Amino acid sequence: MSERPRLAVIGAGPAGLAATLAAAGRGVPVTLVDSGTAAGGQFYRQPAAELRARRPQALHHQWRTWERLRDGLHDHVKAGAVRHLTDHHVWFVERLPDGFTVHALLGPEQEDPATVHADAVLLATGGYEHVLPFPGWTLPGVLTAGGAQAMLKGTLTVPGRTAVVAGTGPLLLPVATGLAAAGVELAALVESADPRAFVRQSRALVSQPGKLGEGAAYAGQLLRRRVRTLFRHTVVEAHGTDRVEAVTLAALDADGRVRPGTGRRIACDTLAVSHGMQPHTDLAESLGCRLDGPRVHVDDEQRTDVPGVWAAGEPTGIGGSALALAEGHIAGLSAAARLLGTEADPGEWATAAKSRTRQREFAAGLDRVYRPPAHWTEQVADDTVLCRCEEVTAGAVREAVDELGAGDLRTVKLLTRAGMGWCQGRMCGPAVAGLAGCRLTPSRRPFARPVPLGVLAQEPDRPTERGSS
Amino acid sequence: MSQPLTCDVVVVGAGMVGAACALYAARAGLDVVVVDRGPVAGGTTGAGEGNLLVSDKEPGPELDLALLSGRLWGQLAEEFGQFIEYEAKGGVVVATSPGSLTALERLAAEQRAAGVLAEPVAGGALYTLEPHLAPGLPGGVHYPQDSQVMPALAAAHLLRASGARLFTGRTVTGVPRTSDGSVLGVRTDRGDIHAPALVNAAGTWGGDLAALAGATLPVLPRRGYVLVTEPLPRMIRHKVYAADYVADVASHSAALQTSPVVEGTAAGPILIGASRERVGFDRSFSLPALRALAAGATRLFPFLAEVRAIRSYVGFRPYMPDHLPAIGPDPRVPGLYHACGHEGAGIGLSTGTGHLLAQVLAAKTPDLDLTPFRPDRFAEEAA
Repeated sequence: MSERPRLAVIGAGPAGLAATLAAAGRGVPVTLVDSGTAAGGQFYRQPAAELRARRPQALHHQWRTWERLRDGLHDHVKAGAVRHLTDHHVWFVERLPDGFTVHALLGPEQEDPATVHADAVLLATGGYEHVLPFPGWTLPGVLTAGGAQAMLKGTLTVPGRTAVVAGTGPLLLPVATGLAAAGVELAALVESADPRAFVRQSRALVSQPGKLGEGAAYAGQLLRRRVRTLFRHTVVEAHGTDRVEAVTLAALDADGRVRPGTGRRIACDTLAVSHGMQPHTDLAESLGCRLDGPRVHVDDEQRTDVPGVWAAGEPTGIGGSALALAEGHIAGLSAAARLLGTEADPGEWATAAKSRTRQREFAAGLDRVYRPPAHWTEQVADDTVLCRCEEVTAGAVREAVDELGAGDLRTVKLLTRAGMGWCQGRMCGPAVAGLAGCRLTPSRRPFARPVPLGVLAQEPDRPTERGSS
Repeated sequence: MSQPLTCDVVVVGAGMVGAACALYAARAGLDVVVVDRGPVAGGTTGAGEGNLLVSDKEPGPELDLALLSGRLWGQLAEEFGQFIEYEAKGGVVVATSPGSLTALERLAAEQRAAGVLAEPVAGGALYTLEPHLAPGLPGGVHYPQDSQVMPALAAAHLLRASGARLFTGRTVTGVPRTSDGSVLGVRTDRGDIHAPALVNAAGTWGGDLAALAGATLPVLPRRGYVLVTEPLPRMIRHKVYAADYVADVASHSAALQTSPVVEGTAAGPILIGASRERVGFDRSFSLPALRALAAGATRLFPFLAEVRAIRSYVGFRPYMPDHLPAIGPDPRVPGLYHACGHEGAGIGLSTGTGHLLAQVLAAKTPDLDLTPFRPDRFAEEAA
């Protein structure tokens, strides 16, 4: 076992993989801790091996980047430079005088503990999708767009026969084309953004011609399949008794309000919906890292303000896989230099830094284009459930705000239980904030995932490391 | 900016104690304004378990206040019961060794003499009360008066029922006084509020408010974590904790050490709390503190080892050097009244505190002698 300072990278998506390869390439031993059964994260999610997919690349773009990351990881693991711990679900990172202890639960049951000790940690924990509620959104058959994509990539199955893809964001196009290519009849693609907004953001967006080309390719595929694409439209209700049978769509006016009399009903058995992504910041928060709004604050080297903690990818701001790769690469090189006791040289990552700048501008442009309708809360009925874990309705949240004096997320939670349940407000946070008319502030979640009390009660006197390597 | 606000009483603090003071003062016919720099229940109230306990108190002024408060909670429950999740579930204090059982039964006898319902339960009967307790425990004491309330809901509903004007997000920046030192109201970052009486219900921050009014009040923070599990069907019926008497070598007396209180809630999750640490206002998460809570709870209820904690919250309990709250008029500053420093018992003791303070404000004789709670008791000792 090496005595050299060790880096723990949490998350094996694009950012975590890029960081691992960069640090290991400099001779720093890396423990890559990931909840997946294989590397790749959400973006490069692979079909389960037993499915023996013949052409998994058909479901992916940037397949060659993935092959480079995959093969690089394989070589480092083989050489003993990287330990890849799969099925490790991290619930807490503890800061100690002599480094960090990463506390994980071994999946899929997540009952048995495993701990990893490291001298530095790099958080590449990705993001998660959020969905804003509307009447009928809790019906079976309504799923997140990312969930539909994960199903397709991971299990090679489709969620239904006739689908509507709706919401806002750059994820909708690839999900719609993926579903269509897999044989699902696409009844409509419903995007609330205004195409004119793309023109207004053209300067930021043309900085990434490759990305625009990607979008154009998707759009072309949809056109060939004669998929109805409706901009400035939104789903106002999902209908059905046991599962979704139809949705009502309506047009939006320039202010983001539903235009009366424009509702139309479309039959479908699947509604894939998404309103954007949120950074996963739980581990950073419990480590005491500074956040800027919902994002982990990092410097040019991707260092957080807690010594020994780096962050890369979606936790530092939603920006997609290319940005995650650039940030991960920089973070890995910076962490390696610091652990080896040398000054980090920004010249080493000049290309990645340039890419990072361009990708951040592009992401900021997209963020200004893809916005949920400004007045989406008007469509939420009092009996619509906002918090599914605790079954809290919009009416209860409105009462807490209007009559009990709640004006912020925490007080709404205390008075209604919205966000107190299993998912700890990860799903409903944006919706509750919207309805309460307050800012979405990150809530303090000490545990990144539920942990058995028996595990929590244990003194981790002897760090253990288990799992495939 | 706007018309100056005038009222009979301005209560600073929209937590549980401030809400109870507002309710009883309003019901005594006074015009009340409540002001808080944060939201309703934004401080210690929002980070509490909602314990209304008599079991953990030795005979004395705090127990008398707890008994009065318990009766008042019973009355409020008839009015607000379901909205504030009031539950007269009772407490079970468990002894973990025959020696502690003897000491526990001795305390129970003293508590009974003071008016507490305290029923000794031998080993077998203990498991009728709580079937999932760890096996082999010698016995305990059942306290039917121990109860539960959801603190944030209780504060919000009592405030609403008081009819008091509520100003949240408004920070008190000063306390204007007359030349003879009498309180004229409060100055806030958004205008003055005129009142001849100021109630300090600022909890852990009560010392700061007292200082603005020219008085010293030694309120200090004690950090407490509460652990919350995933929702379960009802497995734990009472508030349960273990009491062990350990010899305190320094003072040659027996010191009581209690385990965290473990209880089920109406909503399903089990609450485990609270830890006690004197670390100032440090909000960072302490895994050792949470570990100790989990260890204490799983020792009492082994089935909990398999149950998942989904969250934890941290708050700061306001404690005074002698662990008694400050309640009543401050003789040093005419017009200043205190209702803070209840440590981890503020939810339970809030009703009695509000009731007694309202009696004082209405120039009536309070139901309890307030001498042990007088706010200037520390100044005298120092002098």
